Amino acid sequence: MSLDPRLTQRLAKAVLWAMTVLTVAVLVFIIVFVLRKGLPVIDLGFLTKSPVDMGKGGGIFSTIVGTAALTALAVLIATPLGVGTAIFLTEYTWENTVTRVIRFGAECLAGIPSIIFGLFGFILFVTTLGFGWSILSGGLTLAFMILPTIIRTSEEAIKSVPPVFRTVSFSLGGTKWQTVTRVVLPSALPGIVTGIILSIGRSIGETAAVIFTAGSALRLPTSLFSSSRTMSVHFYILAREGISMSRAYGTAAVLIIAILLVNIATYRLMNRFIRKYS
Amino acid sequence: MREEGTTAGAAAVIRVSRFSHYFGGVRTLDGLDLEVFRNEILGVIGPAGSGKSTFLCALNRLNDLVRGSRVEGRVEIEGEDIYGPGTDVIALRRKLGMVFATPVPLPRSIFENVAFGPRMAGVRDRAALVGIVRDSLEKAGLYEEVQDRLGTSGLKISGGQQQRLCLARILALKPDFILLDEPTSGLDPISTMKIEDSLRRLKKEYTIILVTNNVKQAARVADRTAFFLEGRLVEAGPTAKIFTAPEDRRTDDYLRGRFG
Repeated sequence: MSLDPRLTQRLAKAVLWAMTVLTVAVLVFIIVFVLRKGLPVIDLGFLTKSPVDMGKGGGIFSTIVGTAALTALAVLIATPLGVGTAIFLTEYTWENTVTRVIRFGAECLAGIPSIIFGLFGFILFVTTLGFGWSILSGGLTLAFMILPTIIRTSEEAIKSVPPVFRTVSFSLGGTKWQTVTRVVLPSALPGIVTGIILSIGRSIGETAAVIFTAGSALRLPTSLFSSSRTMSVHFYILAREGISMSRAYGTAAVLIIAILLVNIATYRLMNRFIRKYS
Repeated sequence: MREEGTTAGAAAVIRVSRFSHYFGGVRTLDGLDLEVFRNEILGVIGPAGSGKSTFLCALNRLNDLVRGSRVEGRVEIEGEDIYGPGTDVIALRRKLGMVFATPVPLPRSIFENVAFGPRMAGVRDRAALVGIVRDSLEKAGLYEEVQDRLGTSGLKISGGQQQRLCLARILALKPDFILLDEPTSGLDPISTMKIEDSLRRLKKEYTIILVTNNVKQAARVADRTAFFLEGRLVEAGPTAKIFTAPEDRRTDDYLRGRFG
């Protein structure tokens, strides 16, 4: 039996529409739900004061600082490593067994649950290397966790740069490094940045890997070796131990807004850059 | 009306001898022997897949970028064996500027496109770059059209202008040779004419090798013409002779459109 093509076309359109609407609806529902519960708690004091009494009172300032420090450290470590690996895999070697093994390894790494990374980070950084529960241990662990994402997205972005740009650069007497830095990376940047934003989002929201490696101290961190609590860990502890649900939602709302702001800021920066290179 | 192209007795600036090229196990050029003389335009014609482009990319070693590329024989450019050990490939590519079949402006401004090569060669002085850019655009016959919008993206000008931009981009490197790989294949007749005019002017200063799918173009601008077929050089000689009294029957067949 065969359906009228016009009917299937209409059906397909309706189904695809419904899927999109459903996806967006779920997303909007979550955001609105968290913001409605959380926004009333948020005021200047909530953002600028450190928690008091396990988080029952005061604000969440120290957890904001902890989150920012951990995420920044993770991204600062993982970006050069990941982009470097991607450049090596795409520009400096031919496809062979080694590159396939590296790529396969990175993909496996991407599929490992974050709590395993937490355990690994705990054993390696916290105990064996003696960094203790600290921003350093947590940042390194998060860096490993987001590395596969950055490698994969950077690789895809670099691969999508038209090969002829490279040929032109070489034909104009460019070295490989000049070609990579002046032609390939500027064109691949939007894709690379997208990967980094995804990674920032994952880092900010990560709980399991962080609680094992950075600990959950509420004090304002003073150095890389301070233990620190991130917003998502704070949320988890507040909710799980029933300390204060309203403050938990307040934290969650700040978390969501922070991720939103990071996105907007990065895309703004990128657009300025793209305008220069087009 | 064409002057006799071959400058008898003049020293060849490019000397290709028993040169073969392979991509993996496939032989793409087979025992070429060919000379190119200073300040001439050598037209290279032949059907698709005859090895014209591979030949061009063998001269500036751009074939090196392709996996499995391998050569036999010798290519001497101004007396230097370019496949010998110790060849400075970067310097070689600056000496032999190349224009590709489709115009490929880099995604940046007109100015930055032309300044791209000199910048990579280490020119930093702004005034020097401005001079080079202006000079190169003038030589490529593009300056007047773009002088008041050098900051515009190289992608936002017409195809013919883009191709002249690509020409200017290699002139900025002050090369000795210009290699053109079917430079007008995607252009309209007027843009094509402008490029051909530029080439006639440029041969006073440069030695030009023009690969073309359009035999009439070779007849119009080339001093000498070489006919390639299946990776071999069938014959090369003064354009007038190749077109009126070719020595090889296959050349005649190709020029009459009997194949290819």
